[in-house]
Amino acid sequence: MQQMLLDPYYPTASAVHELEPRLKLVCVLAYIVAATALPTAYWPGYIALAALAAVAIVGARMPLGLVLGRTAIALPFVGVVALSVPFTRGGAVLWSGSLLGLPLAITAEGQGLFLSILAKSWLSVLLVGVLVATTPMSRVLGALRALRVPAVLVTTIALMYRYLFVLVAEAGRLHVARESRSVGKGGSVGWRARVLGGMVGSLFIRSYERSERVYAAMLSRGFDGEVQSLDEQHWTARDTLLLAAWFALLLPIVLVGRIPV
Amino acid sequence: MAQAPIIAIHDLTHVYPDGRRALQGVHLTVGDSERVALVGPNGAGKSTLLLHLNGTLRASRAEQVCVGGAPLNDRTVKSARARVGLVFQDPDDQLFSPTVFEDVAFGPLHLGYDAAIIRERVAWALAAVGMGGYEERPPYRLSLGEKKRVAIATVLAMQPDVLVLDEPSAGLDPRARRNLIDLLATLPQTLLVATHDMRLVWALCPRTVILDQGRIVADGPTATLLRDQALMEQHGLEMPPEALSA
Repeated sequence: MQQMLLDPYYPTASAVHELEPRLKLVCVLAYIVAATALPTAYWPGYIALAALAAVAIVGARMPLGLVLGRTAIALPFVGVVALSVPFTRGGAVLWSGSLLGLPLAITAEGQGLFLSILAKSWLSVLLVGVLVATTPMSRVLGALRALRVPAVLVTTIALMYRYLFVLVAEAGRLHVARESRSVGKGGSVGWRARVLGGMVGSLFIRSYERSERVYAAMLSRGFDGEVQSLDEQHWTARDTLLLAAWFALLLPIVLVGRIPV
Repeated sequence: MAQAPIIAIHDLTHVYPDGRRALQGVHLTVGDSERVALVGPNGAGKSTLLLHLNGTLRASRAEQVCVGGAPLNDRTVKSARARVGLVFQDPDDQLFSPTVFEDVAFGPLHLGYDAAIIRERVAWALAAVGMGGYEERPPYRLSLGEKKRVAIATVLAMQPDVLVLDEPSAGLDPRARRNLIDLLATLPQTLLVATHDMRLVWALCPRTVILDQGRIVADGPTATLLRDQALMEQHGLEMPPEALSA
């Protein structure tokens, strides 16, 4: 089911599911900041953060396979972006060779930075994964609103998320239509590229027209450019305590890494 | 008939920016609690006409479209939108919120009601369409029949005087379609239904208006118009089986 793939919510009863959405959101943001602030190749710090992530995953009662599978999706994107790093840093040369007549060299510093980028992004994605698996999207959006994120941004995210499902279904229908006319076989690469271009164009136009209809539907129900909502939030003393505890764990990890030995 | 008709359209013409004439000199009045079917072939201008009823599209002169006796202009458009509830053909256009509750609450919220009243309205509207208990569901997890019901609830929650529906039964399986007709029959509102579903017209609307190429070509009792085979065929329509046997 494509829907299952798109909807990251993992319905089960757990302590992490129960937590107040704003608390979870702030904790995840703080965690990402901490991961970013750690020095390059400071492995003990990464391991400490991974331990915190493990606590969150166990607390959320999520199957490890699910967590790893989901977060693995993000790695190639980061990997491609970071791919040039090992080659462009100065330092002790680990390997050298040439590609198409260009000399190439991997340095120890470059390799360390590359692995650090991968580790930091993977840790960040892990925690975001726990957040969206334990919090329905509507509550995440409610938390964003309650944290005074500009309404225009929250609405944009909400609409983007809502229409992702429609877009994927539409792309699926286009794909089936193409398959059933091309008898499952593709032609040359050029032909396929042209068909794909046509499909992307058609998707864009359909989405554009839909956006006009959605806007008309919003206007019809009294929308005047001002986004309003009826969120109820219950922040308790326990949430403050938990937030303080989370910061108390993160702060030393970052500080110890940052203090020169 | 001393009361002003709830909807009064006078000599309405609409030309799209590409020069296509969607409506030409349309006259239409709909009285309180009437149930009117708007039929006609694809591209006849049905949807264009519906979009004028709450000011999504505007007439060149305000007097051409009156809702509850008041010409539709910038000042009256908000109250017209509260009085005329438009249900779009594709419920995915109408249901744009993360949960069913937020979608149904959207209208009352933007009309400026209090939180308590909004909650009451949402519960009432969802109960009216038989979708109570679906509040926290995301709309993309619903079937088409359920989406159509929620789409109607989003408009009912605004407690409009007129309910305007574009192709309410399109794409529904027979049972969902039957349930929808039964549901619409229970609503006290004035109904204006644009549809190709002649059996729905027969079952629900005592009055039928036929629109073809932007003009109203017939306006009269459903029982008469739908039995007129020549008229039906001339405008690309079909007689429902009920009209044949009766």
